Amino acid sequence: MSNTTKSPEEAFAEGMAGTVVPDVSSKQDKTRSLAQDALRDLIRRPMFIVSGILIVAILIIASFPTLFTSVDPLACDLKHSMEGPSGSAWFGYNFQGCDVYSQTIYGTRNSIIVGVLTTIFSLIIGGLVGVLGGFFGKWTDALLSFVTNVFFGLPLLLAAIVILNNFRDEKGMRNAGVMAVVLTLSVVGWMSMARVMRGAVMQVKQADYVAAARSLGASTSRMMFRHVLPNSITPLIVVATISLGAVIGAEATLSFLGIGIRPPAISWGVMISEAQGRISQGLHPLLFPSGMLTITVLAFIMLGDAVRDAFDPKLR
Amino acid sequence: MGRYVIRRLLQMIPVFFGATLLIFLMVNVMGDPIAGLCGDRQCDPATAAQLEKEFGLDKPVWQQYLTYMGNVFTGDFGTAFNGQEVTELMASAFPVTIRLTIVAIFFEIVIGISLGVLTGLKRGHPVDTSVLLLTLVVISIPTFVTGLILQLLLGVEWGWIKPAVSSDAPFNELIVPGLVLASVSLAYVTRLTRTSIAENKRADYVRTAVAKGLPRHRVITRHLLRNSLIPVVTFIGTDIGALMGGAIVTERIFNIHGVGYQLYQGILRQNTQTVVGFVTVLVIVFLVANLLVDLLYAVLDPRIRYA
Repeated sequence: MSNTTKSPEEAFAEGMAGTVVPDVSSKQDKTRSLAQDALRDLIRRPMFIVSGILIVAILIIASFPTLFTSVDPLACDLKHSMEGPSGSAWFGYNFQGCDVYSQTIYGTRNSIIVGVLTTIFSLIIGGLVGVLGGFFGKWTDALLSFVTNVFFGLPLLLAAIVILNNFRDEKGMRNAGVMAVVLTLSVVGWMSMARVMRGAVMQVKQADYVAAARSLGASTSRMMFRHVLPNSITPLIVVATISLGAVIGAEATLSFLGIGIRPPAISWGVMISEAQGRISQGLHPLLFPSGMLTITVLAFIMLGDAVRDAFDPKLR
Repeated sequence: MGRYVIRRLLQMIPVFFGATLLIFLMVNVMGDPIAGLCGDRQCDPATAAQLEKEFGLDKPVWQQYLTYMGNVFTGDFGTAFNGQEVTELMASAFPVTIRLTIVAIFFEIVIGISLGVLTGLKRGHPVDTSVLLLTLVVISIPTFVTGLILQLLLGVEWGWIKPAVSSDAPFNELIVPGLVLASVSLAYVTRLTRTSIAENKRADYVRTAVAKGLPRHRVITRHLLRNSLIPVVTFIGTDIGALMGGAIVTERIFNIHGVGYQLYQGILRQNTQTVVGFVTVLVIVFLVANLLVDLLYAVLDPRIRYA
């Protein structure tokens, strides 16, 4: 298949391989590595600061929801059904009479868990496939590229729906639970990372320091993990940051379609899915979780953008 | 050129079989292919055994796959849950989704590339910054939120469009759904074009074109744009497959009976024939679109030659 087709994330990260020089500078040495340079550059970027603050805030909400609300998200009272925002319930009540603010706060955790874990898992799968293919080349690469292309050929959302449709709870209802969603999204979403990693490794493999290590008799695993991997991982990290936002969006899409995380579990996707049927009676149960979802996705994309710009030597 | 096309077609064959085998396994091994045939209840064991025999489900999976593929190549995609031929479903669903995709691609090309050229030429200008911010916001809002809100505002509140698309789904009813479907890709096209234009703006050939006194619009369209479009064409080409498969959400919101609708119904009712059949066609669309993109390179950039 064509190796010229790139997803936006791949195009984003392109040409960044080998930009991190190994940190050889000692304390006395005044020369800074590119990683240090990039870090210095990063903390001066408004985009990085804004997205950083947002992400820290979101992580705190996800970890300690009780700090932000004392209302039980599942204590619903039908007499409040569809009441608008007020002093006692900032985001109003949904059709079931549940506090939308409290649900939005508690829903953060599931959305973040899915985003972070899925990204870590697909980073591991994609990174491994990319490193092995890029480093060993020949038939290993041919085989792994073939597998990558096969997965790429399937529409991602469809594959996820097909897999998740098989998960049922005790009552035989569709209900996948958080971990099933994480694993499914990882299995169908690692390909961009593999391609980015493969490209970066192939570029770094040609470097003189790898040849030097080889001529000094370094073992294959030492070359791979001490020399090639640290120098080719930056583009992968950038793609991972950007795709974290996309994964959170994908989870919400699945819940919206009635697959994946289901009530009584709370996630932003579940809330939006429940709100859509009553949209003509009031927008607030839809708008607030959608707003949080958008802000979160935006924060991760901005972070990825800022990190990429800081590490891209072409822009210096 | 001819040899290149043949080589690429040959390379597509294993990917085609790999992808269809994968979806076949997902549906048949992970799921329960006969679960959907007895309605919402469980089949009783005797009926289940008989159905399994009837559909050849008692045979090993690889044999089932080969039989299925053999049938597909003779144009037999099996029957759906209601006894309708899957090919009939396809004949009604694909034209609708193709129209929807055409509208979406049209928006991507017209709005996306124009905004990209505008911002790429004015890098750093307030227009550039605001469009860039806007693309970030559009990328971050999930499609279903955009769809629901546009449907409510334009369809229900202001009455500019019909909130639900009729079963014929003519082009004029697909404008707003197409825009919704295109929104995220549109933002990516804008960003890609912008980067590409900004990079090429300082190229020697642009300076030469300006120096020999060509009018500005000619420099931009003939020299700058043509050289900057390659990554954009790649993106739009691969997006065709993604749009057709990803229209599930848009088609659900606007009640469009296209590919996404049929697939979603097929998956929920565990109708293996519909799911595998439609996905097979989508895989072919994806592969062919990729091939066409590669061939388009040679048109855009005569320096690229395929031997």
